[in-house]
Amino acid sequence: MAHSTTNYNLDQKFEFTAALKKSIMTVLVIGAVILAIGIITAMLGGGHDHAEGGDHGYHWYQRLFANLWINNVYFTGIAVIGVFFFAIQYAAQAGWSAGILRVMLSFGYWLPFAAVLMIVSFFIVNHDIFHWTHSDLFDPNDSHYDKIIDGKGGYFYWPLEKGSFPIFFVIRLVVFFGFWVFFFNKLRTLAYEEDIHGGTDYWRKIRTWSALFLVFFAVSSSISAWDWVMSIDTHWFSTMFGWYVFASWFVAGLSAITLVVVYLRENGYLEMVNENHVHDLGKFVFAFSIFWTYIWFSQFLLIYYANIPEESVYFIERLESDVYSPFIFVNLVLNFFLPFLVLMTRDAKRHAIFLKVVCSLIILGHWFDFFLMVQPGTLGQNGGFGLMEIGMFLLYGSAVALVVLSNLAKRPLVAKNHPMLEESYHHHI
Amino acid sequence: MERDKNFILGVFDDEDVLLNAVTQVRNSGVKIQEVYSPFPVHGLDEVLGYKRSRLPIAAFLFGMLGTTLALTMQFYMMKFDWPMIIGGKDHAAFPAFIPVTFELTVLLAAFGMVGVFMVSSNLKPWGQVRIFDLRITDDKHVMAIDLATNAGIGEEKLAEVLKLSGATEVNKKSFE
Repeated sequence: MAHSTTNYNLDQKFEFTAALKKSIMTVLVIGAVILAIGIITAMLGGGHDHAEGGDHGYHWYQRLFANLWINNVYFTGIAVIGVFFFAIQYAAQAGWSAGILRVMLSFGYWLPFAAVLMIVSFFIVNHDIFHWTHSDLFDPNDSHYDKIIDGKGGYFYWPLEKGSFPIFFVIRLVVFFGFWVFFFNKLRTLAYEEDIHGGTDYWRKIRTWSALFLVFFAVSSSISAWDWVMSIDTHWFSTMFGWYVFASWFVAGLSAITLVVVYLRENGYLEMVNENHVHDLGKFVFAFSIFWTYIWFSQFLLIYYANIPEESVYFIERLESDVYSPFIFVNLVLNFFLPFLVLMTRDAKRHAIFLKVVCSLIILGHWFDFFLMVQPGTLGQNGGFGLMEIGMFLLYGSAVALVVLSNLAKRPLVAKNHPMLEESYHHHI
Repeated sequence: MERDKNFILGVFDDEDVLLNAVTQVRNSGVKIQEVYSPFPVHGLDEVLGYKRSRLPIAAFLFGMLGTTLALTMQFYMMKFDWPMIIGGKDHAAFPAFIPVTFELTVLLAAFGMVGVFMVSSNLKPWGQVRIFDLRITDDKHVMAIDLATNAGIGEEKLAEVLKLSGATEVNKKSFE
């Protein structure tokens, strides 16, 4: 159909207003205060009860470390998913998304911060999160010798001696972040050069780099899930874990992208993005919520049905615990039933209010997913959802928002020379 | 005059002309019965003013029926009709029912949707498909206007409106 030529403002920039900055800062401060209160209560409270039969007494700071680790992994995921989704658009040669590419890309700005936080906190949380870092597990003459963990030792310590410095693990940690940041820098440099010079060459180059990133990400996302999350429950393993963590990251990342797009539209930016684009984002959130549920349930059902003790212990720890069992249901309600039922209709996916509510709750819900992955294996019955959890989540969330939005404001909001921008105007579903 | 029997047909060569013609014809107060085209024309539904299809609602209801049926069936069989212990689980092992429930939900939603679509768009096996013009399967778009519905306007006037809107031919077609 012959449309009249549209005159959108392609040079627009997102203005990170002082008012918005102030409200995010307020959340950050509130988060910090809640965290501080949580820490003080934990310090004063009975944080020294000794676990039965265990020789490691529980200390209040373990809970702080567990929280640190949950948020590190979770927000790293959201950041890298921004870059991943950007790369997917190019690999799939998608035209509809040309107007919102910069929103996806901007999430990658958290990656360098995430890298520093993750690497530094690994050395802080060390023994308190990762059971396999104890050297006595690998000494056959020690009373703590653990044959199973000893068998897995090479995965962490190779080529050094087991129980010494986990060089292989740390190398993977550094290399994954290194390459993610490298690919992110490459993609964004090319994207901004396209703004200046135009032409289809940049699109082709970005597509090539996107494809390379996707190959790397396919492997590294799985391995990082084993390294950073699954290795907490060192004895246990699940062959679906990589997918499971990826699915959780992906839904949370998509929800965050959708929220930012909806927010920008409501504040008068991105007028070329209409409800059809928002509808597609809503479909992604809807579809991948079901995908996450599918993965979660597949993992659960096989373990439940086979009932092999060394596998089912993972769910027994969670389902038969007063601390964690309610959150299993919170997890399923927020991440499956809510998006499934609310986003099912076409109208819900096209109206900002539904998306805002559902996406916010999904971001919270997938935090609970990671909470359930990390806390039972590290804190056991001493864990829980309290002030420290709320504070740390708010602190991290607002820090990510600050970094992402301030960097989004620094560069053009629209990929004005993207060869498929015109196509995206006419996206219609 | 009886409804749904006698039609005046506007034949169009080009889908852009057709889209404008639909708006023009509807603006002149004529009610269009249906537009036939050899390929999906983007935006045609909007200009024809069609309401959104209610097929998703049918799909949802059939899906719910599938869920209910699957769960009832399994609970009845496994708990009451012939209780069996499998893998040391409870008779009514709910997680084990989910895959069957999922499959039946999808199956009934899909079959129900196909069935409802077949019936509502007259593609049912006992339905008679009326061919307005054979060329709608090749290279022509045909706008069908029921003469009875637009009795107040008159045949000559309708033909004129169609011609003005860009129809290359104006034909008449009657069905028994």
